[in-house]
Amino acid sequence: MISRTVTTAFLCGLAVLVLAACGEEPGGDKAGKDGSAKEQKPLVTVDPNPFPSTYVPLASTTTLIENATILDGIGGLIENGSVLLQDGKVEAVGEAISAPDGARVIDGTGKWVTPGIIDNHSHLGVYPAPNVGAHQEGNEMTAANTAQVWAEHSVWPQDPGFHRALAGGVTTLQILPGSANLFGGRSVTVKNVPGRTIQEMKFPGAPYGLKMACGENPKRVYGEKGGPATRMGNVAGYRQAWADAQAYKQSWEEYASQHEKGEDPKPPKRDLKMDTLVGALAGDILVHMHCYRSDDMATMLDVMKEFDYKIGTFHHAVESYKIADQLAEADVCSAMWADWWGFKMEAYDGIRENIPFVHAAGACAIVHSDSSIGGQRLNQEAAKALFDGNAVGLGISKAEAWTWLSYNPARSMGVEEETGSLEVGKAADVVLWDGDPFSVYTRAEKVFIDGAQLYDRLDPEGWPISDFELGQVGEGDDK
Amino acid sequence: MKHALVSLTFLLVSHMAHADQIAVVGGTVHTLGADGVIENGVVLISDGKVESVTADGTVPDGYRVIEADGKVVTPGLMDAWSQLGLEEVELSGGINDASTSESDFGPSIDVSYALNPDSSIIPVTRIEGVTRAVAAPLRTDQLFAGQGAVIQLGNTEPFLVKPRAFMFAEMHEFAGWSLGGSRAALWARFENDLREARRTAAGRFAASHVEHFLPLVDREALGPVVAGDMLLIIRVNRLADIRQVIALSEREPELRLAILDGREAWRAAEALAEADIPVILYPFTNLPGSFDSLGATQANAARLHEAGVRIAITTGLSSESTRNARLITQLAGNAVANGLPWEAALAAVTSVPATIFGVDDRYGTLEPGKEADLVIWSGDPFEVMSAPEHVIIQGQGVPLVSRQTKLRDRYLGLDPDNRTFHYKR
Repeated sequence: MISRTVTTAFLCGLAVLVLAACGEEPGGDKAGKDGSAKEQKPLVTVDPNPFPSTYVPLASTTTLIENATILDGIGGLIENGSVLLQDGKVEAVGEAISAPDGARVIDGTGKWVTPGIIDNHSHLGVYPAPNVGAHQEGNEMTAANTAQVWAEHSVWPQDPGFHRALAGGVTTLQILPGSANLFGGRSVTVKNVPGRTIQEMKFPGAPYGLKMACGENPKRVYGEKGGPATRMGNVAGYRQAWADAQAYKQSWEEYASQHEKGEDPKPPKRDLKMDTLVGALAGDILVHMHCYRSDDMATMLDVMKEFDYKIGTFHHAVESYKIADQLAEADVCSAMWADWWGFKMEAYDGIRENIPFVHAAGACAIVHSDSSIGGQRLNQEAAKALFDGNAVGLGISKAEAWTWLSYNPARSMGVEEETGSLEVGKAADVVLWDGDPFSVYTRAEKVFIDGAQLYDRLDPEGWPISDFELGQVGEGDDK
Repeated sequence: MKHALVSLTFLLVSHMAHADQIAVVGGTVHTLGADGVIENGVVLISDGKVESVTADGTVPDGYRVIEADGKVVTPGLMDAWSQLGLEEVELSGGINDASTSESDFGPSIDVSYALNPDSSIIPVTRIEGVTRAVAAPLRTDQLFAGQGAVIQLGNTEPFLVKPRAFMFAEMHEFAGWSLGGSRAALWARFENDLREARRTAAGRFAASHVEHFLPLVDREALGPVVAGDMLLIIRVNRLADIRQVIALSEREPELRLAILDGREAWRAAEALAEADIPVILYPFTNLPGSFDSLGATQANAARLHEAGVRIAITTGLSSESTRNARLITQLAGNAVANGLPWEAALAAVTSVPATIFGVDDRYGTLEPGKEADLVIWSGDPFEVMSAPEHVIIQGQGVPLVSRQTKLRDRYLGLDPDNRTFHYKR
């Protein structure tokens, strides 16, 4: 769960596969076993990061926000507090901080400061606006297991939805493939900044995620296309794939081991699907599983144990409230809506108190969007859940509730060491709200990413406009 | 357990209240009528109707008093577009009587035959303060998708308040595709259908040899539309299509028109106000979902209102339509955050839809003689951290209980070792 560790492991590749890329070449100059001088072929390795981030923070100014109500994102609230943003980082947080020479000082009287919102379930860019047929990029509905596809290869950086989310205070997003497949492919984590390319948006060092899906969607999509057609078919599909991945992992381990002994083994054939699954087995790729029903989730907790991998987060999870104790015990997060329910049978038992019930059980609760509309006001979604939870006596504070919007999603995405809270040294991903963000009338006034001000509601001339909207009706309008 | 007890008590009280006279005392009452906002109001309810609304009034003997000190009192809310009563689980669970892709009929499709007052969505919705709704046909593969109704969400009869309240036509990009892929073709068909309806009404299709496209029942169903007796709601989004609707109103002044969706309606705000064409809109829309809605903005509601256009707010054009009609308060609040005056937002979910759908003789304001749909809110009804504390529909208190509150109460603090939870209601 410590993301730096995960990141290092990840950059060094799929655990055993990439020893060569990270350390010495074991046995590289050993003689052949017959003692001849036959040169050993170099170890074949897998490049774990063929599409590296080229993200560079935008220019920032040292900025002090003072006299504001501050939610630190890890459960703390400071009245009349200050936050200092310097060199892209949170430099100081407290009750009284003096501005360094030349710093921009923003009076936050009557305003609130929070960590930027992190949406760990977004389809921006893979289902972009305009929502035309040519833009349906989120579900590779060609086989029940498409673990080989990567969402970043579908993301359109010109989706106007990114800027709408920014105006809602969203600074980091995980963009996932859709839920049509048992294994939908890899997610990508981005900073919500303008980019000509997806690489320019990629969150440096963020681990990949693997999207999986329980229940109705895979069986609906594949029921008449060779299966699975049932939930039991779904589970058989996950298990066979994990078993295949274990075998694939072993074949590479054997290859590396033989090579290390100085032999010249034939490397296994690359299988992009298996590369992803092996990364998940190794814990380098975090598992994000779309799952609604409590019984489906409990089944997956057993599959997780059977194949010794970790499910990081159940997404949608409308029945997490029924097994919140088990989710706490298993240390699996639930990423949830405040009140979506009933659009299909597996969502029929949704209740408005799902998020606070999960929180109250000591499990990791996350507010997610899965929507280009809902993702613009996740603070309101948290507010509804908070109110409903407290209406039945759960006694949750606003400061605690903000963990649903920043720290917990950061944790689920493996970037909680870098962002998700206002702690000294973390990225200055910060929102200044023009009032209490738990009010329907409050708007994000200024949004900072790595200390750079990306959005200012009070400066319409400075609002970002995607390439698609440039020169069109409504360009630069108050959206 | 405590919550179960509270719910049970409430249930008993509200049953006893059936024949009650009710006095709501002490709240800030938004009448939506000529009396405006009444502080420290007393609302008297009897025989299912609002008897009086006064400031600092006294309560006669025999009235059950509901204290509303510090609370906000409004009419029950109305969602101006939904499939309530027509859908249960839209995608995979059966019951979707709002859509059909097989019917040869269009205008004659009448949702009032399909309404189900036992839908579990009804209690989920009303306990959040929504007491009335439009039940609309969703999609029928026809230009004229059929006729919708107005329903009330209480326990009183009848569920169906106004059958055949309007005719629905789709004249946007995707409707065009289902009839051949061109709006030019769509309007030709539209004109044809109106003429066939007029000729049928005039008895000119009596001879069987006269050619016509529409079945008899469809031609007859359009009769009240062409006569100006039935509201015609047209779904359009882009400015050019909205202008076609305005042109239609000039060409055929007897038609009673309203626009549904209208994402670029703000661009024709003055003309819509001039033509008195109201707009039923979903205020969250601010993305160019298609080339029909490049100008979509959350400021749509405020700009239309500013120009004098009557607007109604609905959840019914969102992915969360129908089952989350309860979110209409959040939509209204966001419209306010985007410039719509607060009172106009309240009217957009009460009195304005009442007038658009022609039920304002009985619902939409808290005025003497109106049916008593009334909500007492813990605070500002549009706030995401407020909720109804009492809901009265047609003079009868509604228990704040739904399938969801029962699930909540079952699992709240459930001991994992409790294996008898299925025996607790």
